[in-house]
Amino acid sequence: MPLKKKIEELKKMREAVQMGGGEKAIEKQMAMGKMTARERILSILDKDSFTEYDLFVQHVARDFDMENKVLHGDGVIIGTGTMDGDPVCIFAQDFTVAGGSLGLMHARKITKIMDHALKMRVPLIGINDSGGARIQEGVNSLAGYGEIFFRNTLSSGVIPQISVILGPCAGGAVYSPALTDFVFVVENISKMFITGPEVIKTVLGEEISMEDLGGARVHSEITGNAHFYAESEAQCFNQIKKLVSMLPRSNDSKPKLQKPKPPKSKYNIEEIVPGDPKQPYDIRDVIKALVDDSDFVEVQELWAQNMVIGFGRINGLPCGFVCNQPLVLAGVLDVDSSDKAARFIRYCDAFNIPIVTLVDLPGYLPGVDQEHAGVIRHGAKVLYAYSEATVPKLTLIIRKAYGGGYIAMGSRHLRADFVFAWPGAEVAVMGPEGAANIIFRKEISSAEDPEAMRKLKVKEYREKFANPYVAAAKGYVDSVIEPSETRKMLIHAIDVAKDKAISGPKKKHGVPPF
Amino acid sequence: MSAKRTKKDVMVNTTDECEKKKLKCKTLVIQEHGTKYRTTFNKKFENRKHWVKPNPNNVFTFIPGTITDVCVKPGDKLRKGDKMLVLEAMKMLNSIEISRDATIKEVFVKKGDRIPKGHLIIEIE
Repeated sequence: MPLKKKIEELKKMREAVQMGGGEKAIEKQMAMGKMTARERILSILDKDSFTEYDLFVQHVARDFDMENKVLHGDGVIIGTGTMDGDPVCIFAQDFTVAGGSLGLMHARKITKIMDHALKMRVPLIGINDSGGARIQEGVNSLAGYGEIFFRNTLSSGVIPQISVILGPCAGGAVYSPALTDFVFVVENISKMFITGPEVIKTVLGEEISMEDLGGARVHSEITGNAHFYAESEAQCFNQIKKLVSMLPRSNDSKPKLQKPKPPKSKYNIEEIVPGDPKQPYDIRDVIKALVDDSDFVEVQELWAQNMVIGFGRINGLPCGFVCNQPLVLAGVLDVDSSDKAARFIRYCDAFNIPIVTLVDLPGYLPGVDQEHAGVIRHGAKVLYAYSEATVPKLTLIIRKAYGGGYIAMGSRHLRADFVFAWPGAEVAVMGPEGAANIIFRKEISSAEDPEAMRKLKVKEYREKFANPYVAAAKGYVDSVIEPSETRKMLIHAIDVAKDKAISGPKKKHGVPPF
Repeated sequence: MSAKRTKKDVMVNTTDECEKKKLKCKTLVIQEHGTKYRTTFNKKFENRKHWVKPNPNNVFTFIPGTITDVCVKPGDKLRKGDKMLVLEAMKMLNSIEISRDATIKEVFVKKGDRIPKGHLIIEIE
């Protein structure tokens, strides 16, 4: 056969396989409001950059009549491409082929691209759209999941791993996304749960819809499993591109610098924070007044909103922000917000991203539910993460910094490199009301007018202790600065810290309060 | 996934039933195919509350505190983001805003009330 003919043959074969589950299945996919696996990959990657591997892989199931079935690509597309010119590895499960079910060869394709990503030190993007294990392949499909989880863990902290849930992702399958760094979900399309509504109904008699059990909103607002929420696949892909632009290729590659830009003028840093410490404000306005072009990529925007985390550039360099949000729950640290902050700090540390902490919190949230939910254990995660992190750590105390909250939020005592405070900062063991009631209990109760005495003592305490100067006098705060100087100081601090080198005692790894 | 439950398939035997039969272990159907396992329950499982779909018209407190200001009364038409009341908690005057355009149906608290977490404060429609 002449080569020309063989080339024609290859083209035909390619075309057939690239149709996945065929026209009918594709129509069904579209009817569910979903894009096909191939369209998804092409929308995420740069134009014409996708190179596919393992197109002609066949499944190996020989039971239950499977030997006569052809599953194109075994229900998953893998390959490499670029995003904004930077290489990435990508896989997308194809729901049109046997419901994207995971069999042995399907899993082998995924693990092949995962191994490739780790070896080449480039980010991995996984698009999940699968009915789960391929029952006909029995324990082989379980083995496949296990091999994927192992590689997720191996790659953790080495290359950025991104999971995009664009369909069902149930049972064991959910653990791969849970082991990756960032999970993206889309309204009405993403569904994640360990046991579905049917099983819950059978076992417990509770009736719940798939959306209420594990839809995109549930994971974005209640569970915290998802990091980015979008209303459409197109919006989701833009979020992915934006996030990837902030992340280094791997833990030993250089950060992606951009030309420095000043923050937008509509964010006037001197006018955002109210003078009255009891008045709330949106901490995101302060972040936007500090970062380049006021461009802030918020992570887990809808979950534990009393803590704001995300990426922004300072003088062109991507930084991680960890900030209390006075607008929500007064900005307290609680079980969820501690969890959220701690994991993000560890992420930044793993990928050499400097951490900027903005502090304005009354402390840890009191309450029976918090105590019984394990606020001790979860709160300890924040202390652990900050103490362990060796990247440049910059802390700015904006207003309140009381008690355990002060220590936890990137304090000098956990080896922050720079601690700045604004003149309105209140650094103290507890708020003036509480402190005065304890210290001056006798004076207050024995006074002729206890209420007047209490007010007097609160005022005394506030004047004496609720300011940044007591902490500055001990060197716990390096510098009390004007709000307008903040960006300049952050740029300077990052510049000074860029070759920071510290090392702790030798150990295999620590034992964080997971 | 859709398994039919037969009458024989006892879901979770009630504690009473188990006590009558002097069973220490209770039965729990774990798989949709009706496989039964005998197991002991822990306190948390026995005291769990059944899930109910939250009513988006009810506004609850998210933190215990004192109502320092009530800005609305029944019948008021509000736009998304309008302030309904102020709840002082954790050294902060937290303003509670409406999550969508709606009308106030009933206000269950007044200025000065000290309320716990998860308390119904306002009903909207």
